[in-house]
Amino acid sequence: MKAVVLIILNRLALGVVTLFAVSVLIFAAVNMLPGDFAQAILGQGATEEAIEAIREDLGLNKNAIVRYTDWLGGILKGDFGVSFAQANFSSFAGEDTSKGGIGSVAAQLEPRFKNTLFLAGVAAIIAVPLSLILGIMAALYRNSIFDRFVNISTLSSISSPEFFLAYVLILFLAVLNPILPSLSNIYAEMTFPDRLHKTLLPALTLTLVVMAHMMRMTRAAIINLLASPYIEMARLKGLKPARVIIFHALPNALAPIINVIALNLAYLVTGVVVVEVVFVYPGIGQLFVDSVKIRDIPVVQACCLVFAAAYILLNLTADIFSILSNPRLRHPK
Amino acid sequence: MDIFLWYLFWAVAIGIFGWVFRFTGRKVQWPSDRLNVYFRDMPLMVGIGFVFGLVILYVVFHYYFIDKSTFFRWAVQGFLIFAIASWLFLTLGKHVGTQATRKVFRQMPLTASFGILIIIIYAILSVFAGVIAPYGQEEIFEKINVLPGGDPALGGDPRFPLGTDQLGRDLLSRLIYGGQNTVGIAFITTILAFLIGATFGFLAATLSGWFDQAVSRVVDALMAIPQLIFALLLLTIATAWAGSNKELITVYMVVIIAVLDSTRVFRLARAVGFNIVVMDYIEAAKLRGENLSYLIFREILPNAYAPLLAEFGLRFCFVFLTIAALSFLGIGIQPPLADWGTMVRDLAQFINFAQFSPHTAALPLMAAGAIALLTVAVNFVVDWMLHKSSGLKD
Repeated sequence: MKAVVLIILNRLALGVVTLFAVSVLIFAAVNMLPGDFAQAILGQGATEEAIEAIREDLGLNKNAIVRYTDWLGGILKGDFGVSFAQANFSSFAGEDTSKGGIGSVAAQLEPRFKNTLFLAGVAAIIAVPLSLILGIMAALYRNSIFDRFVNISTLSSISSPEFFLAYVLILFLAVLNPILPSLSNIYAEMTFPDRLHKTLLPALTLTLVVMAHMMRMTRAAIINLLASPYIEMARLKGLKPARVIIFHALPNALAPIINVIALNLAYLVTGVVVVEVVFVYPGIGQLFVDSVKIRDIPVVQACCLVFAAAYILLNLTADIFSILSNPRLRHPK
Repeated sequence: MDIFLWYLFWAVAIGIFGWVFRFTGRKVQWPSDRLNVYFRDMPLMVGIGFVFGLVILYVVFHYYFIDKSTFFRWAVQGFLIFAIASWLFLTLGKHVGTQATRKVFRQMPLTASFGILIIIIYAILSVFAGVIAPYGQEEIFEKINVLPGGDPALGGDPRFPLGTDQLGRDLLSRLIYGGQNTVGIAFITTILAFLIGATFGFLAATLSGWFDQAVSRVVDALMAIPQLIFALLLLTIATAWAGSNKELITVYMVVIIAVLDSTRVFRLARAVGFNIVVMDYIEAAKLRGENLSYLIFREILPNAYAPLLAEFGLRFCFVFLTIAALSFLGIGIQPPLADWGTMVRDLAQFINFAQFSPHTAALPLMAAGAIALLTVAVNFVVDWMLHKSSGLKD
């Protein structure tokens, strides 16, 4: 037991180190911008005094290491800085952004982050059980017509771009047969069924993208196990194929399957950007793309960090779960 | 909620019919003994599968012949045309060509021959885009927003079979040139990614020690950020550097995606390289006093071709999709160059006209489908190659 805790702590520490490295990378990348933030806010025609004042205000006259520690310290307190686009005069006049004023990045990020989590959650709830069942069935009836059909259709849906799947779904489910809305305008005071109804179409798109991957990997993991001697033993005992797969193969396939689920949820993080733009879903991906277009650097920086953190966290979870479910991984040679 | 109850009802009904199907199959005395045994040993799920397949066939029949849903008909027709074309291509390959190519074609599944056929078509279209396309990609005509279909009564024009866009550019030409630009840029990017990734990967494998450690840690950090997100961040900075020079933005995009994608190639090249470096012939070459470039190019590279080639296909798909996604988000390939991602974004609104003008609504799907078709084709071929090389027979 002690060894397990130690390994998990080890992985967590590694995750924190990675996150730190990522934050340095993002900060360094943003600092390669020509000119500086002050110039970017005020534009070309700004007077020297005004630029100097804002530089003073944002602490841009300090050196890079001091600015980095300030930025990181602020994030640890939940303060992501001031958004350029939302910036007003008061926020530059010394108002404390850590309280979450209108101009602060944190205030913009928070509701959208919740929306994105909701979308990814709905997609995961549909995709995970469905892909497990389909994967097990494809492994059970492998090389049948069913297996080939599932194989070809999942391979096609993995390799199609997200926006293609999204528009095909819009065409059939929103335009030709108006069952679901093609635009997801979500706001805070919405009731749950209403919100679910508006989220369903983007969630279905994400489901298609992620499900194909999960299903294929579940199938591969189970087929891989079916070649092992103890499965042959179970089969020779005269057990039914379904029983062999569900009670003998599945428990041992759990480690790779959990791994696959976590990795695909991590994939959802990137997939969410394009899908949110297609459906105009007010999530963090939409915010990210909008900020990239108007070069709202503090928001871009913050979104990037949030995405990376989610990605690292999910990969870490995959790692830890696979160690927990497979005792052999606990004793590295 | 009604719709879910309806589906539940159908699921239960199919289950019952599946059981009835198996039951009657067992009761009936079939003329051939094989059928009798087949029904006796049939699991319930297979019976349900038969009934389910029947239901799907009926649904396809219903929408095709009775409901006459235009898009559904197009989808079915497209599917059939591609299936027949790839079957013909496969048969052609089996009988024409040298002994070796005929053997390859004999072992090929239909999906792989479909993939190869599509790749050949795309290669021809993008190399000879200038000859095939009726007009130039930046050529502007006086008629704007001509509807597709080429029927003057419906607002079309026979000169422009797919119509023109809001600036008056011929969409068919832009679709063909878009292939040239998108596929070409993705191809260059993938090659660049392989040059960077494979060089560093093999260097790390041969030198090992601190060089390997340093490069691997940098790659770990780069891979910890989702690729599309990081590419968007770096492109923001690159566009600020490039200013209004649109060509420079495209060049920056190629470099950024190549570097980000080379991390995956690096991982593979390093792993493959480490397996080769421990071989005796490398030891012998080292003892002969060969230098580093000889070791990498003459000893390691020839032995690492096969896994790198399969990876090339997958990487190409990935790069292609990333570039298309970036263009779709409005930050990739810059106008006036035509490209499929941007076309999808510009034409997307037309999808709402599906009820009145199916041809117009098909435009964004055509550009998006062109992207999907190529990546699906490449994936089919890679899947077949991997399956063949792994020697899996399930």
